[in-house]
Amino acid sequence: MKAAIEARIWRGGAEGRFETFSVPRRDSQTVLDVVTFVQRRLDPTLSYRYACRVGMCGSCAMTVNGRPRWTCRTHVSRLGEGPLTIEPLANLPRIKDLAVDMVPFFDKWAKAGGRFVPSADAGADFAAVEPASPARREADAGIECIGCAVCYAACDLVSWNPDYLGPAALNRAWTLVSDVRDGGQAERLAAVAGDAGCHACHSQQSCREHCPKSLNPTASIAGLKRAALRAALKGGA
Amino acid sequence: MNRPPPAFRHRNHPAWWAFAVHRISGLVLALFLPLHFWALGQAIAGEAALDGFLRWTANPLAKLAETGLVILLAAHLAGGLRILAIEFLPWSPRQKAAVAASAGFAVAAGLLFLFNVGAA
Repeated sequence: MKAAIEARIWRGGAEGRFETFSVPRRDSQTVLDVVTFVQRRLDPTLSYRYACRVGMCGSCAMTVNGRPRWTCRTHVSRLGEGPLTIEPLANLPRIKDLAVDMVPFFDKWAKAGGRFVPSADAGADFAAVEPASPARREADAGIECIGCAVCYAACDLVSWNPDYLGPAALNRAWTLVSDVRDGGQAERLAAVAGDAGCHACHSQQSCREHCPKSLNPTASIAGLKRAALRAALKGGA
Repeated sequence: MNRPPPAFRHRNHPAWWAFAVHRISGLVLALFLPLHFWALGQAIAGEAALDGFLRWTANPLAKLAETGLVILLAAHLAGGLRILAIEFLPWSPRQKAAVAASAGFAVAAGLLFLFNVGAA
């Protein structure tokens, strides 16, 4: 193993260039450690985003050697000896260096009807939902998403159609479609069944391949396609 | 280490390559259709014209191209069935196996065609 890591880091916004830094190699070193070393020791003007460092918040996602990843959970030792290329996430506007603007990503969660719509009033008793019921299992399979946008950056459909709602927003919509307590189903299905919604997905499965939490947005989107078709056949959506 | 170029690194997984094969086979088959209709149209021009064309297709290069077409057609068919299964059946964790089975079906169809050509 070489003693130093050659880190090529994107500098600038939409227009910019790669800048190369030499960072000492350490045991159990993550890509986030490399970026932090550069900012603390070599160039304090480097901008990037992180919070928890332990794979809980999802804010440190970047493109590492061409793949979107959580940098805090990516060990440098597993990436080989070659230069480390670190870029901001794809498919999102670049603000500066490694920080992207997440607003379009979360706006799409709202567009996809990602908000729970209560079907009972506040005074009603607790809803009894059987955890083993098929609908609840479908919802449970997708609810662990923490909104890191790795799937969104990996999705070709987002890069081809910037209006496409994307895997995370559609996965969120599916968890609510599968939630028996939700009262906003017709509006949500109409929101996700448009040109830029679930039917635009080509099942390339890059979202599933790269999700750091091993969630499966492709399956969620397939569920939405079936739900939208059922609603259309019934004359709903 | 032999790595794919950066633009393909996040795409380098079986389901993405299956998508690419499905898309490319569809495009190539669409491009072939006019030639197919032209060949059928030779029948209108007369028996001799069609027979002349059919004799030409007996040459080895045309047979090789036909084998390619059969592989593309089989790949597109199997890929389409795979997509329909994803969209209309409950999710199966055996996605890689489905991609492998589609590829195997396409190659088998091509080989079967080639052996029949050889036997004829």
